[in-house]
Amino acid sequence: MEKQYWQSLEEYKELNEPSVLESKEPRPEFSVEGLDESEIKGTSSRRDFLKMLGFSVGTVALVSSCQMPVRKAIPLLNQPEDLTPGIPNYYASTFFDGTDYCSILVKTRESRPIKIEGNEMSEITKGATSARVQASVLNLYDDARLKKPWQGEVESSWNSVDREIMMALKSHSQRNRKVVLLTSTIISPTTKELIKEFITAYPNIEWIQYDAVSYSSIRKANELNFGKSVIPYYNFDKANVIVGFNADFLGNWILPVTFTKQFSSRRKLTVGNSDMNRLYQFESRLSLTGSNADYRIGIRPSDEGAVLLNLYNEIAKAVGGQTYNAPAASIDVKKAAADLLKNKGKSLVVSGTNDLSIQLIVNAINSLLGNYGTTIDLTRPINLKQGDEEDMQRLVKEMNEGKVYGLLAHNVNPAYDFPDRSSFKSGMKKVALTVSFAETRDETAQLCDFVCTSSNYLESWDDSEPVLGSFSFTQPAIRPIFNTRQFQDSLIKWIGLKVDYSTYMEEYWKAMLDQHEEDVNNFDEFWNKFKHDGAIHHVFDQTDQPGFTPHELKAVASKSEGIEVVLYEKLAIGTGKYTNNPWLLEMPDPITTATWDNYVCVPVGYADQMGLKHEDVVKVNGEFELPVIIQPGQPQGTVAIALGYGRTSAGKAGTGVGKNVYHLMNTRKGYADVSGTTVTIEKTAKSFPLACTQTHHNMEGRPLARETTLPEYKADPGSGNAQHKIDDKDNVTLYAKIDYDGIHWGMTIDLTSCTGCGNCIIACQSENNVAVIGKDQIRKRRVMHWLRLDRYYSSDPDNPDVYHMPVMCQHCDNAPCENVCPVAATNHSAEGLNQMAYNRCIGTRYCVNNCPYKVRRFNWYDFVNNNKFDYNLNSDLGKMVLNPDVIVRQRGVVEKCSLCVQRLQEVKLTAKMENRAIVDGEVQTACSQSCPAGAIQFGNLKDEKSVVSQNNKEGRMYHLLEYLHTLPSTSYLTMVRNRDA
Amino acid sequence: MYNTKVRGVLIQGNKTYADVSRDIIRPMDEKAPMWWRVSIFLATGALFWGVWGFYNTISVGIGEWGLNNNVAWGWAIINFVWWIGIGHAGTAFSIFLLILRQKWRTSINRAAEAMTIFAVMSAGLFPLIHMGRIWDGFFIFPYWNTRGPLWDNFNSPLFWDVVAISTYFMASFVFWYMGMIPDFATIRERTTSKIKNKIYGILSFGWIGNARGWLRFETAAILLGGMAAPLVVSVHSIVSMDFSVSVVPGWHTTIFPPYFVIGAIFSGFGMVLTLMIVLRKLYRFKDYVTDGHLDAITRILTFISLIMGTAYLTELFMAWYSGSEYEMFTFMKNRVTGEYKYAFWTMITCNAIIPQLFWSKKIRKNITMVFIISLFINLGMWFERYVIVVTSLSKDFLPATWATYSPTITEIAIFVGTIGLFLLGVLAFFRFVPTIAISEVKGVLKETTTLKSFTDE
Repeated sequence: MEKQYWQSLEEYKELNEPSVLESKEPRPEFSVEGLDESEIKGTSSRRDFLKMLGFSVGTVALVSSCQMPVRKAIPLLNQPEDLTPGIPNYYASTFFDGTDYCSILVKTRESRPIKIEGNEMSEITKGATSARVQASVLNLYDDARLKKPWQGEVESSWNSVDREIMMALKSHSQRNRKVVLLTSTIISPTTKELIKEFITAYPNIEWIQYDAVSYSSIRKANELNFGKSVIPYYNFDKANVIVGFNADFLGNWILPVTFTKQFSSRRKLTVGNSDMNRLYQFESRLSLTGSNADYRIGIRPSDEGAVLLNLYNEIAKAVGGQTYNAPAASIDVKKAAADLLKNKGKSLVVSGTNDLSIQLIVNAINSLLGNYGTTIDLTRPINLKQGDEEDMQRLVKEMNEGKVYGLLAHNVNPAYDFPDRSSFKSGMKKVALTVSFAETRDETAQLCDFVCTSSNYLESWDDSEPVLGSFSFTQPAIRPIFNTRQFQDSLIKWIGLKVDYSTYMEEYWKAMLDQHEEDVNNFDEFWNKFKHDGAIHHVFDQTDQPGFTPHELKAVASKSEGIEVVLYEKLAIGTGKYTNNPWLLEMPDPITTATWDNYVCVPVGYADQMGLKHEDVVKVNGEFELPVIIQPGQPQGTVAIALGYGRTSAGKAGTGVGKNVYHLMNTRKGYADVSGTTVTIEKTAKSFPLACTQTHHNMEGRPLARETTLPEYKADPGSGNAQHKIDDKDNVTLYAKIDYDGIHWGMTIDLTSCTGCGNCIIACQSENNVAVIGKDQIRKRRVMHWLRLDRYYSSDPDNPDVYHMPVMCQHCDNAPCENVCPVAATNHSAEGLNQMAYNRCIGTRYCVNNCPYKVRRFNWYDFVNNNKFDYNLNSDLGKMVLNPDVIVRQRGVVEKCSLCVQRLQEVKLTAKMENRAIVDGEVQTACSQSCPAGAIQFGNLKDEKSVVSQNNKEGRMYHLLEYLHTLPSTSYLTMVRNRDA
Repeated sequence: MYNTKVRGVLIQGNKTYADVSRDIIRPMDEKAPMWWRVSIFLATGALFWGVWGFYNTISVGIGEWGLNNNVAWGWAIINFVWWIGIGHAGTAFSIFLLILRQKWRTSINRAAEAMTIFAVMSAGLFPLIHMGRIWDGFFIFPYWNTRGPLWDNFNSPLFWDVVAISTYFMASFVFWYMGMIPDFATIRERTTSKIKNKIYGILSFGWIGNARGWLRFETAAILLGGMAAPLVVSVHSIVSMDFSVSVVPGWHTTIFPPYFVIGAIFSGFGMVLTLMIVLRKLYRFKDYVTDGHLDAITRILTFISLIMGTAYLTELFMAWYSGSEYEMFTFMKNRVTGEYKYAFWTMITCNAIIPQLFWSKKIRKNITMVFIISLFINLGMWFERYVIVVTSLSKDFLPATWATYSPTITEIAIFVGTIGLFLLGVLAFFRFVPTIAISEVKGVLKETTTLKSFTDE
């Protein structure tokens, strides 16, 4: 109690009354009767309050300031001259995996390769890439990679491995026992030279090249017709009419990147240019190429010979060539024949069937049409696909007979992909010395005594000559991450040379240039230029177009018994080399939109007849089970199954995914062909979940992917696009239009050029650190890709028209997502970008709902450092692929296409430092840069001369869902099919 | 003119003031009955399951729900709107009827208000748990911050939502609590337990029941009522704008605000009916919550049901009249005849057709039937929200993105958990708070008991 002061005696008395308050009258409203003093005055004083406050704030601060993990960054002791943190370095290099070829630029940041770009200096690929090329950078950071050489089941060291192998090689060499060097197709002149030298050192070694999917019959046919065992160079860009027979040249056939570039270059309609090629595709499954065909005809594989011979006869009759007896085919080829005849010398017939009699007919047709020397160039053969099945079959036979004492397997995996893999495996057991040069312990490497772990191609030196006279350079973009050694260095070591492969290569080139007496006055200058440009074009040995020697043509009538199976390479997975690449596993197939698995594509009619539903499991040949996808366009009497799955030793993502079907290859005629085997299909009671990114395939009559035909387009460039005018007229607004100052980023997507190859999806994923979420999540329709390919079918389900439509954020000027975000996490930039502030997002997902294009992606889980999502973002190695310019998104935030804002920023800064305006084409998004078809264009809409502005002036231009008045910055150009009116 | 006694006797049984106090407080003094203990046990169990659902969502991620890239809102939003709708009854009852001077409200308003509070609490949990980053949820409040010129987006209906719901909750709570002050004082006076005396003493804010106090109490009630009345309309209008502001076919429609408010009152009254039937049965309150009261509610429901039917037809008509193929698809194909036709027709049957049975006096008088129909209304209103949220999102503009949605165990757990929370609140209310406003009932006791009961007509 406080000390009391009094002024008068009265007051003193009053203070000393027993209870001051009790004596007073109760207050009228609030009775204090019966309450004691503390209740009236309250017990806690200001001091107490402050104490409590201090204590609680202190506690909260203590509890919340839990220790954060300390991460140490160690600066470089000696900063390399050309390495500035934050500034990327680009190295020209070459992607060649034994099958696919692409000239590339490797983008490195702080010495880490993080992105693959196309190399525009290359004559062959001209800056384009494919999805597999884009994704190959992730293979560098694959956890399945071996970190050391292996001996048996354990890691070893180079010294011991080298010692043992050299001892064995020498002993076999001394006793002249056969050792086989089994490689994939080698297109490197230096490596070929090295192998020659290796064989000189060990003369008992035989070199065999092996391709999992082979086109050796093309070589054989050309040998018979022209005396040259080559695959010629095809000029699809010079052909007005292309007739393809099971040749998926836009997807997988020989040089798809190049062929896509060539093909789409003739599908660019601009004001004043209505020239367009026409593609007829006769095929036994709905391939990517078929989906782009102007006329697509489904045939059974066994009909192909007859149809081709009929086509030949049709043409021969017209030009007066020799006709052959052809079995009647139900397919009418008159229209294709007439078109071909109208375009003699400007047409092209190709077949992807690995069958000599078929390739001979194809050659004969092309010869009749005079296509050699114009659209087909035999003087510049393609060096890919040099494998020969005969050699391989002989090898397996000899291995089983015990005649082979050593097997050195480089870049091949026959224990997985050889049609008769069990006999290959049993043969391997009889081989005394087995060495693999694989990067991972794949199926073959597991059976080998030694694994001389190779470096990734991004860590290696090499050169390539994919097409005669077109060279490109492979140089390391990073030092080997692990204790690995590239294949060539191993050979050099075993020969006993004391150089490394890069020096060896330099010397080889010096010698070669000398030999050809080339005028290179300064070799170093040449060498540096080669390394810098990555590609040079120089034909050392000019040859003439050889003359055509006719050969007997024949075709057998089809037997219509059983179901014919067509095997194919998926655009993502290919032959199975990338089955552990999570990006590719999760890339939706452009046709089926399925991810992660392989399956049996069955025709619509057959499914009805058998009562099969999507995801029902069938037993194939009574030996393995696969789910079905009912595939429109799959010809009756056929089914299609993708190769490349069912790996037993791929790595954490790919092992055990799907089923291996290599044994269904047709080897009866001596060539390993993907078609020609018949199978039995039994329905089972089971079903198997498939993860498709799209389940509705019909546009419901909505004007989404708009189309017209060439004659209609010529009459009216706005044909098929009438809705645009209506919507344009209806879209009135009271609000002022946003006026951008200087820059308004925009994109145009030409549906006529777009082939739907899916390269853009992976390019975007690689650039923007998009997470892989696994099959279950894809099945829940939560794919994270910022860019998706919508695929629609129309008309006849047995042979539908297919539409590929890339859809990413449209960057609407009147964006529905922006005004519904309560925290303004998504907003509009002064350059027309719809941008996301991830740190501000609280994840209400209203924007996801309100986006009519449904391009916004929500982070349903933590996709990083989460064992439930054990892909590249769950390992320290895998995370090295992340682009440091793009934030990795946290759980609970929404993300979406940013139009690669980090790239825009970089170019803007460069232009600003150089005090100039941005040049059109200087800024490219990841998707537009690598698009092999040039369908995606990016630029400044405020620049009247930019490509995007020009495209937007076209009659074909429209915005997706423009009636909503969202004012997208992205526009689409109507798809034009070159069909007769 | 105001005092025309059209309603007749509101409280039956010739009660004295003492009877009223005794009757209503009796259940609070008795030992907790068996049904109460069992219910508490079940409700707590449900709540714990819901807590697991919360834990799972927050610790693992929203991915534990069945949502996808296309249907980004699901059960959480459906249940949020459903609860908010139920939470309309209290305020609608008390405030509208207070302003309209409907004396018969006095027997029901307390329970209805309590229901509002717990329903709004349950509802409020959904926007919280629904956030991807709940730990950053405070971003939604407009406060001065150190993040530069970063402010809320005042254009966003979700922001309006936060304001509307928190305002509504606070106003409803204050209104409810203020009404209870005299009753708490009554308990304080009557109880023999020291603890209860203390607790209710604090809760009653020292109410001594003097004339000035009553004068101010009455004034405050009318004032608060007047201020809160617009909230009844505003809160669900704003909730409806969560949908109608969007471009999604099936959401983008101007009918939504009145349609949602009416729907909310409909479901609120339905829930009041359900609860009051249970309450009067268990606590033998038939003299206070008379058949006449129930009859009045059923009549209101019949009328609202007609409005609901009209709204449904209007939506369909507008879909056709708009000439938009997207609208037509959502309404005619997807809802009326398509994949979601069962949900759609359940909604129509429960909300627009079944309540029409109340036209029959026989059914109105049959309390079992009334109870069953009230349950159908609650079910139908849940399906209405399901139809709105899921059918619109799952098949919108681009068919390539169409996806279906079904809830996961986590979402169901959260919903059941909120039911548990609601029941727990209601049960606590039954036990610790006078379920009928004693003071207000006393106020209407004298002038109505002398007349003939209108239920006997």
